[in-house]
Amino acid sequence: MTDDATRALRDAIARGVPERLILADIEDLRPYECDGLTAYRTVPRLVVLPETAEQAAHVLATCHERGVPVVARGAGTGLSGGAMPHADGVVLSLAKFNRILGIDPQNRTARVQPGVRNVAISQAAAPLGLYYAPDPSSQIACTIGGNVAENAGGVHCLKYGLTVHNIVALDVLTITGERLTIGAGALDQPGYDLLALLTGSEGMLAVIVEVTVKLLPKPQVAQVVMGVYDRVDAAGVAVGRIIAAGITPGGLEMMDNGCIRAAEDYLHAGYPVEAAAILLCELDGTAEEVAEDLARVEALMRDAGASDIRISQSEEERLRFWAGRKAAFPAVGRISPDYYCMDGTIPRKELPNVLNRIEALSQRYGLPVVNVFHAGDGNLHPLILFNGGDPAQLHRAEQLGGEILELCVEVGGAITGEHGVGFEKINQMCSQFAKDELVQFHALKAAFDPKGLLNPGKAVPTLARCAEYGAMRISHGELPFPELERF
Amino acid sequence: MNAQTSLNRDLTEDLRRRVLDAAETRTPLAIRGSGSKEFYGRGVRGELLDVSGHRGIVSYEPTELYLTARAGTPLAEIDAALTDSGQMLGCEPPAFGPGATVGGTVAAGLSGPRRPYAGSVRDYVLGVKVLNGRGEVLRFGGQVMKNVAGYDVSRLMAGALGGLGVLLEVSFKVLPRPVAECTLVQEATQAEAIERLNRWAGQPLPLSASAWDDGRLSVRLSGAAAAVEAAAHTLGGERLDPVAAEAVWAALREQTHAFFAGDEPLWRLSVAPASAALALPGAQLIEWGGAQRWWRGDGEAAGLRARAAAAGGHATLFRGGERSGEVFQPLAPGLAKLQAELKRSFDPHGIFNPGRLYAGL
Ligand SMILES: Cc1cc2nc3c(=O)[nH]c(=O)nc-3n(C[C@H](O)[C@H](O)[C@H](O)COP(=O)(O)OP(=O)(O)OC[C@H]3O[C@@H](n4cnc5c(N)ncnc54)[C@H](O)[C@@H]3O)c2cc1C
Ligand SMILES: Cc1cc2nc3c(=O)[nH]c(=O)nc-3n(C[C@H](O)[C@H](O)[C@H](O)COP(=O)(O)OP(=O)(O)OC[C@H]3O[C@@H](n4cnc5c(N)ncnc54)[C@H](O)[C@@H]3O)c2cc1C
Repeated sequence: MTDDATRALRDAIARGVPERLILADIEDLRPYECDGLTAYRTVPRLVVLPETAEQAAHVLATCHERGVPVVARGAGTGLSGGAMPHADGVVLSLAKFNRILGIDPQNRTARVQPGVRNVAISQAAAPLGLYYAPDPSSQIACTIGGNVAENAGGVHCLKYGLTVHNIVALDVLTITGERLTIGAGALDQPGYDLLALLTGSEGMLAVIVEVTVKLLPKPQVAQVVMGVYDRVDAAGVAVGRIIAAGITPGGLEMMDNGCIRAAEDYLHAGYPVEAAAILLCELDGTAEEVAEDLARVEALMRDAGASDIRISQSEEERLRFWAGRKAAFPAVGRISPDYYCMDGTIPRKELPNVLNRIEALSQRYGLPVVNVFHAGDGNLHPLILFNGGDPAQLHRAEQLGGEILELCVEVGGAITGEHGVGFEKINQMCSQFAKDELVQFHALKAAFDPKGLLNPGKAVPTLARCAEYGAMRISHGELPFPELERF
Repeated sequence: MNAQTSLNRDLTEDLRRRVLDAAETRTPLAIRGSGSKEFYGRGVRGELLDVSGHRGIVSYEPTELYLTARAGTPLAEIDAALTDSGQMLGCEPPAFGPGATVGGTVAAGLSGPRRPYAGSVRDYVLGVKVLNGRGEVLRFGGQVMKNVAGYDVSRLMAGALGGLGVLLEVSFKVLPRPVAECTLVQEATQAEAIERLNRWAGQPLPLSASAWDDGRLSVRLSGAAAAVEAAAHTLGGERLDPVAAEAVWAALREQTHAFFAGDEPLWRLSVAPASAALALPGAQLIEWGGAQRWWRGDGEAAGLRARAAAAGGHATLFRGGERSGEVFQPLAPGLAKLQAELKRSFDPHGIFNPGRLYAGL
C-alpha cells in the first residue's frame, strides 16, 4: 500500500469492517492476483474479507462513493480470469461466508452462504438422501457463489440441469450496498426473472450473499457404461445416437487418447491406454430404468463401432471409472508444464468434424491438444499443452485457443459453455455478438451498475476493444449494408 | 403440413419498422400473439402489434434436441412436429385454443403440470431473437445446450409479458417423450396430499405431474416402462386408463376443469411446495407438488399476498376480479426500481406493453 488514496480507501472501509479483515500488504495481496487461469495476473489495491453482509455492503457503498472497482471472489478456481483483480480496485472475497444456514428437508432446499463449497452442500444433505446436482470437477474447492456467478455445470448437468436450473432464491448486494431478495421458496417470482439474469452474470451485476438451492433425491441406482473406441469420430457418432434414441444419461463424457494415458498414469483407473477415445455413460434412476437403458446404450455403442464395452458392476467400480475423468485436469498437469483449458460448445453432430479440425490446428501450432469433455451436451474442453516458461509458446497457446473458440462459433456453437467469458474470452465475444447486442449488454449492466464498478473490463468487451481486435460479427447478415457495420 | 408451411412468413422487417415508428412517435404498442391471454396481467392501452403472422418453424433437429420457431407459430404446429419425432416441450405449456403462439407462451411464462418435475418454460429456452425498443434485431443464446457467453437475456424474456422486447424467434430445448406413463388417484385430505407429494418428491420416483382437488390426489408417473410399473406398485391407488388420464392433465393444463369454471376471481398462489394448507374459505386446487395453489374468491388482496409471502411465494390475481390495481404481487421498492431500470435498458421510450406487468413498468 504505497499511495495516500489507497490508505484513505482502507480507512474508509475500516469504518465498517474490522482491520484484521482488510489486506493491504503486497505479500498478502499476491495470493489474490489471479484465479485458476494463472496466465493473467494483477495485484489489487486491497483485499477485504467481510464476515457479514453488513460489512460487505459497507465495502460496496464505500467503493461506490469513491468510484473504486470491486471484484467479487469465491474460491478463485474460475478458468476465465473472471476473479482476476482490477489494478485500481478492491477484491471482495466471500471466503468467510462459509455457513450452511439451513436445510429444509420437506421443501428439499438448502439456504447457504455464497462461500460454501459446492460439495459441502451435498455432504450436508446426504443424511437426508438428498444432494445438490450440479457437480463441477472443481466441486471440492469452488464456492456456490462462484457457481451462480458462472452458471457452472458438471458431469450430471446433462440430465439435471445447470446451476440456473437448480437454485430457487438469491440475496444480493447492489453496488450501492443495497440488499435485494429475489425469490424465496416458490418455483417462480413475480416480475422480470432476475434469478435467471443474475445466474452467469460473472460478478458484473451484483454480489451474491445468500443462495437457496434445490436438493434432489439420490437416484436408487447408477451404473456406468464405458465404450472403448479405435477412432475418435466413431465415439462422436455414438454420442449422437444415444441422445437421438431418447435416452437421457446422468452423464455422458468423452476422453481422447492423450487424456486416457495421462489419467491412467496418474490414477490407474484401468482405462484402455491404446484406445483412441473412451465414452463414459452413466445411467441412473430406478433399478428397472437403469437395466432397460443399459441394454440400449450397450447396443448403440457397439453399433457405432465400440471395440470393447465395460459396465460397472459395483459402486466401487463405478467410482473408479469416474475417478480418471474427474482427475483429468491434474493428470494432464503432470504430463505438461502448463495447460490451457478451453470451454467451447458445439452442436453434437459437429463433434467428429470439430475434433478433427482441432487436431489439425494442434499440428499447425505445434502444440499438443488433449480432449476431455461433456460430450452429451457438446461442451468441449480441449486442453492445450505448453511450456509457460517460453513466452513464445504461451503466445501460440493463446492463439490456438482463440482459433478453437472461433471454430465453435463457426459451426453454430458458443465460446463458453460453463467457464464464463471473464477476461480470457473477451475478444471472442466480438465474434459471438454483433455491435447492437454488445451495446444492449452494456445498457443492461448500467441498469444495475451505472458507474461500471463491478468487475470492470470483464465479460463484455467495449466496442473500441472489438475494433482493435478487428472482429465484430456482422448483424446476422440481415441488416442492409452489412459492410458498413465493420469495426 | 403443406397448408401450414404456406402460412410461413418472415415479417422481421415489417415489425422492425413498426417498432422504429413507435419509438419515434412514442406510441405504446400492445404486443399480441393470438390474444388468448388478454385476461392475464394488467390491461394495456396501445396500438396493436400483431406478431401472429410472423410464423413458421425455422429449424428443428430432433437429434440435437432443439427446435427454433418464429414467435407467431402456433403451439399446436410445434406440438405436431414434435409428436411426429416422439418428442415434446418439457414444460408442457397449455395449448389454449388453436391460436396460442410461441411468443405468447414464452412471454407469459406459464408452464403446465410437468413444471415441478421437469422445469419451466424459461428452463427450456436456449436462445431468442428479439426486437428491442430501439428497433434493433438482437440474438441471445443459441441452439446449443450450454452457453454462458454474455448475460442470459433469453431466459429473462420468459415471463416478461412482452415488456422488454418483441420476441421474433425462440429456440427451445426439447425432450424425448416418455416411453410409459401411468396416472394414479388416491383419496386424501389437502394436508395429506401436501405431505405425500413432498415426501414422494424426496424419493427417487419418476413423478411427472400431480394435482389435488376435492379429496382426490392424482399423480402421474413417466419414464421407462419397468420404472413406472414399479413406482405405481409402490405408491398404490386407482389406476386410470390412458384416455381418462390424459383428460385429467389436459383439463388442468387448459383450465377446463370444473374448478376453473364461472366468473369468480381466480387467484394463483405460488408457494414453497411443502407449505401447510392455506386457510382460505372455499375450495382450492393444488398442483405442482404443492407449489401452485389455485383459489377462487373475492379475497382481500393484501391479506392473500401476505399469506403467500409467508409461505415463501407470491399471489397473482390470475383471472377476473378487480384488475385496476396490481394483479401481480407488488415488488419491494429496491427491486421495483431495478426492474424499471432494466426495462428502460431494453425499451428506453417505454413503448412495449406499458403497464402490463406493473403500473409504470
Ligand atoms: C480443476 C478445475 C476443474 C473445473 N471444472 C469445472 C466444471 O466441471 N464445470 C464448471 O462449470 N466449471 C469448472 N471449473 C471452473 C470453476 O471451478 C467454476 O467456474 C466455479 O464456478 C468458480 O467458483 P469459484 O468460487 O472458484 O469462483 P471464482 O473463481 O472466485 O470467481 C468466478 C467468478 O464469479 C464471481 N463471483 C464469485 N463469487 C461471487 C459472489 N458471491 N457474487 C458475485 N460474483 C461472484 C467472480 O467475480 C468471478 O467473475 C473448474 C476449475 C478447475 C480449476
Ligand atoms: C396453468 C395455466 C393456465 C393457463 N390459463 C390460460 C387460460 O385460461 N387461457 C389462455 O388463453 N392461456 C392460458 N395459459 C397460457 C397459455 O399457455 C399461453 O401462454 C397462451 O396461450 C399464450 O399464447 P397467445 O399467443 O394467445 O398469447 P397472447 O395472449 O397474445 O399474449 C400473451 C402475452 O405475451 C405477450 N406477447 C405475445 N407475443 C409476443 C411476442 N412475440 N413478443 C413479446 N411478447 C409477446 C403479449 O403482449 C401478452 O403480454 C395458461 C397457462 C397455464 C400454465
